[in-house]
Amino acid sequence: MNSDRHLKELLPEKPSELKRNLSIFLLISIIYASGSFTNFSLSKLLGNLKEGADLLDRMFFPPDFAYAKRLLLPMLETIQISFVGTVIGSFFAIPIAVFSARNISANKSVGVFFRLFLNLFRTIPALVFAAFFASVFGFGSFSGMMALLVFTIGLVAKLTYEAIENIDPGPLEALTAAGAGQGAIFRYAIVPQVLPQFLSYVLYSFEINIRASAVLGYVGAGGIGEYYDRTLSFLKYDKAGTIVLLTFFVILAIDLISARLRARLI
Amino acid sequence: MELLEIKHISKVYPNGVRALEDVSFTVEKGEFVSIIGLSGAGKSTLLRSINKLVEISSGEILFEGKNIALARGKDLRLMRRDMGMVFQSFNLVKRSKVITNVLAGRIAYHSSWRSILGLFPKEDKEIAFKALQRVNILEKSYSRADQLSGGQMQRVAIARSLAQEPKLLLADEPVASLDPLTTIQVMDDLKRINRELGITTLVNLHHVDLALKYSSRIIGLREGRLVFDGPAKDVDDSILELIYGRQLLSNEIFGEEHEQ
Repeated sequence: MNSDRHLKELLPEKPSELKRNLSIFLLISIIYASGSFTNFSLSKLLGNLKEGADLLDRMFFPPDFAYAKRLLLPMLETIQISFVGTVIGSFFAIPIAVFSARNISANKSVGVFFRLFLNLFRTIPALVFAAFFASVFGFGSFSGMMALLVFTIGLVAKLTYEAIENIDPGPLEALTAAGAGQGAIFRYAIVPQVLPQFLSYVLYSFEINIRASAVLGYVGAGGIGEYYDRTLSFLKYDKAGTIVLLTFFVILAIDLISARLRARLI
Repeated sequence: MELLEIKHISKVYPNGVRALEDVSFTVEKGEFVSIIGLSGAGKSTLLRSINKLVEISSGEILFEGKNIALARGKDLRLMRRDMGMVFQSFNLVKRSKVITNVLAGRIAYHSSWRSILGLFPKEDKEIAFKALQRVNILEKSYSRADQLSGGQMQRVAIARSLAQEPKLLLADEPVASLDPLTTIQVMDDLKRINRELGITTLVNLHHVDLALKYSSRIIGLREGRLVFDGPAKDVDDSILELIYGRQLLSNEIFGEEHEQ
């Protein structure tokens, strides 16, 4: 009893929970305001559940399996477009990440410039890039590849420069003290520390690019996307369902492979 | 003959902290010198000034007669190559193999493209393995650095600096992250390297009795000023009070009970 009272006297004043409660209130207000602004209505959502189920029924029960044969070549094209776009984009992302990272960039204003440039890249949707390149290079897979390439640079460079900023600075210091130059420091202190993360970002952007290339088909950027356009405009939902399933299996396969690779890298 | 001459160096950091004030001393070839003082007395700044990881504000640092404060580019890299450095936190690349970490000590002997491609000549690998053997850790050559214990990591870091074939070894609190037993092993390694290879050694130490036990000469820093420079045997309680400004705390003495 006596010691209990003693403890209470010694305890510092409990920190105020006002800030936390205000934050929760603000968050709920924002969600409610956004909902009413977009005319969200629960009754509408529940009332139309049947229509949604209907559509899913027409897409997947059963999908048009025979159609899958016609999809194999465009699917392969999509994978190729994504692969080339990912590889070349990731390659260009390396120097940009190096110039953007605050801890190793030689020049402050160069870093600011590249980070601004990257933000601009990520602001523009891949679809807009695709439309842009389609008007420059014409419709087709090359324009689609270019759009994914630029998108990949934005994504991989951003994540990689953040990884570089988080490396252990110790080895950099040790190699500087050993008389190593900039190139050797990059090769022996920075690359080994960020390589697993970099490769995992590349694999991740490959996955995203396969999904994105479906959308790019709408602006004539080649690959599987064109078939979404064809089937959906003719209300062939069973055929569209086949495309979704096929894309799903491809993504699943890539995910499995990249999980294996990542486990081996780290 | 003097290997290192420190002449009236001062360091003021951009935030106004005066880390070093008019410090001067010389180090002869083959000496084993410990620098002692409270945390914040300027020990680390002093050691890092010598290989220009920290740029001094004024004064001269002559290494083999050349002023490193004025050295740039390739000249600077070649001077740094001749000074190995060992750190409190080891500073190994943890994901790389032990041998790769040690070979990094050979980088400054080659053109940059050659080291970037990893084309180290056979002799370099031999030098690296010998360095690992000298600190008794040769059997870990192909392990990844992150699989080693703290003491093993520090020995690999010492091997890396030995691979530089340095004339001077700078050790910045080399045992501060180690347990008592490993501390003794690492200090023994440093002492043995100093004796057998004749590599001049400068060590920052937190524990006074380690400094007195292992070094022939003590330099005492207090608030950035050199307040003592003399043989270890001359250090008595009055000198320690001069350096530390007060009686020592028990955690500043390593303690006899650890030494076996």
